[in-house]
Amino acid sequence: MTEIKTSKDQKKNDKENGKENSFKNLSNIEIKRIYYPEAIENLDYSKDLGEPGQYPFTRGAYDNMYRGRFWTMRQFAGFGTAKQTNERFKFLIDHGQTGLSVAFHFPTLYGYESTDEKALGEIGKCGVAIDTLKDMETLFDGIDLSKISTSMTINGPASILLAMYIVVGEKQGISPERLRGTIQNDILKEYIAQKSWIFPPEPSMRLIVDTIEYCTKNVPQWYTISISGYHIREAGSTAIQELAFTLADGFAYVEAALERGLNIDDFAHRLSFFFNSHNNFFEEIAKYRAARRIWARKMKDKYGAKKLESMRLRFHTQTAGVSLTAQESENNIVRVTLQALAAVLGGTQSLHTNSFDEALCLPTEKSVRIALRTQQIIANESGVSDTVDPLAGSYYIEWLTNKMEEEAENYFQKIEDLGGVIPAIKKNFFQKEIAKASYQYQKEIENKDRIIVAVNEYQPISCRNPEILKIDEKVSVDQINNLNKVKEERNNEAVKIALNKLRDATREKVNLMPYIISAVREYASIGEIVKELKEIFGIYIEDSIF
Amino acid sequence: MSKEKRIKVIVAKPGLDGHDRGAKVISRGLRDAGMEVIYTGIQQTPDDILNSIIQEDPDAVLLSILSGAHNALCSKIMEKLEENKIDDILIAVGGIIPEEDKEFLQKKGLKGFYGPGTEIKTIVEFVKNNLKR
Repeated sequence: MTEIKTSKDQKKNDKENGKENSFKNLSNIEIKRIYYPEAIENLDYSKDLGEPGQYPFTRGAYDNMYRGRFWTMRQFAGFGTAKQTNERFKFLIDHGQTGLSVAFHFPTLYGYESTDEKALGEIGKCGVAIDTLKDMETLFDGIDLSKISTSMTINGPASILLAMYIVVGEKQGISPERLRGTIQNDILKEYIAQKSWIFPPEPSMRLIVDTIEYCTKNVPQWYTISISGYHIREAGSTAIQELAFTLADGFAYVEAALERGLNIDDFAHRLSFFFNSHNNFFEEIAKYRAARRIWARKMKDKYGAKKLESMRLRFHTQTAGVSLTAQESENNIVRVTLQALAAVLGGTQSLHTNSFDEALCLPTEKSVRIALRTQQIIANESGVSDTVDPLAGSYYIEWLTNKMEEEAENYFQKIEDLGGVIPAIKKNFFQKEIAKASYQYQKEIENKDRIIVAVNEYQPISCRNPEILKIDEKVSVDQINNLNKVKEERNNEAVKIALNKLRDATREKVNLMPYIISAVREYASIGEIVKELKEIFGIYIEDSIF
Repeated sequence: MSKEKRIKVIVAKPGLDGHDRGAKVISRGLRDAGMEVIYTGIQQTPDDILNSIIQEDPDAVLLSILSGAHNALCSKIMEKLEENKIDDILIAVGGIIPEEDKEFLQKKGLKGFYGPGTEIKTIVEFVKNNLKR
């Protein structure tokens, strides 16, 4: 008979091995040598785990998970002009991608026209240049919006891009209720981490609730916010901070919509999440499982949701860009594979796998094909998706899931003590926590407490960089010409009227979406619309802390 | 005993790029290495950066750009410095700077070009060894 060991034996063993205190995950949680049943002796199957697809969803958002269909393979793409990105989209669709995800260039993210001096050098660089509806028509040319779902990484001007998508749909003969997709529309994490804000928090929250309210009535299949931890993590947070700050943001949106008078069961099921998948394999899996459970519990107990749908957390995952190395960049293929596997074992609904060359440039066709193939290999060849939540019941995984939930709760308390998410942002709470964590991580790497292959250990003797993608400087000229041409051809009187109506509406307590749609339809640029809104809303400037 | 002059550094994020993790880590690292660090924050135009330089008179300016806008922005900043006859300050850029752009930027008078995976001590040494005054 096998002898059953206890934690007392473990302590003894660890001391003998001289390895006490030497294993910590990326959230600095101490990891024991081995986990025994007693680590989860209080775990109640029906209360804490439940069936997949049932409250509290720890085991998965859906009962059948990947046996029904694989996660959506959704590669984030966007560069150059709308025409170039349209070609990349078609390339990805031809290679079996099942959803689109648009990266916009910085001037679009901040609501500047490509002709603005602030756009200097940025046109088409970090994403696709979109100024007017004309560019959006080109972006989706030949792509049937009734057949594909589109995720748009856009925050400050999210309502404007959504309006453009609705009008592109109209022009394709597709009514808004048939459109499927997501706008990121998560402004809180912009102040916390990603920094593409435009207006101060309060009017930004108004715009977000406007989109929730509008979509609930008119675009019912649209995900109105993708509440994002990805950027919080990329900015340097730990996994626990990512989990806690993201869910706290989620609660803040729920509270804002409730305050508007919306019914939780009318909008909650259209909120979705977006998480990072970093290097520590089991920590990531536990994070996703904990996220589902925390969200379900809060929605039910704190916000009074009645429908199961409102308690079901669904999420997109992207592998950690920040974990990619410029040194021996091909090794990133392996990192991405492990991170993608963690996301799948954690039950993601959609996934972006990073391309191996992203520490050097925007991905080439070759690197993006390998990234997509990585997902297809996990899905079709590894067998990991044959059964739902295969790691459930692991003493370690369940203990770690509990631990993540517990630590997240501590953060929720701290945020509440500061007066909520927006006051905590204004006090730089999140920003300081993240700056501290990212500096500590860097120190750990420099002290070799953490090994990154080919960076601080096993360094290459010589290293040749792969072929990289360059954005032609001609893109700037083309885009500026596109914008000028639209301005010549459109009905400028109609644009002026639409913008005036929008400005007047901004002063009233009305939903701005219909006014934005009218302006967009007349080919008003994002820059022009944002300029009107800025006049009423003002702008946001952060404290430059480090 | 004469006290060694403290090195004064401006860390700046030109353009619209919001990726400020590296800039913040380096700011902290340089401060911990005993330098005086001013971090400008994000969304700095070439004029903003020029104004900070005139106001603070730093020994070095470290620009962090990950968006691909480095050629246009750095050229503009160097033009502004030349117009104002500022030539005794180390101007460096880091972030994601492709190999083929380094020569172009070097000709404009920029140094550095450190990318992902660079250790703080490398930057500290670089600053100390490349000061112009």
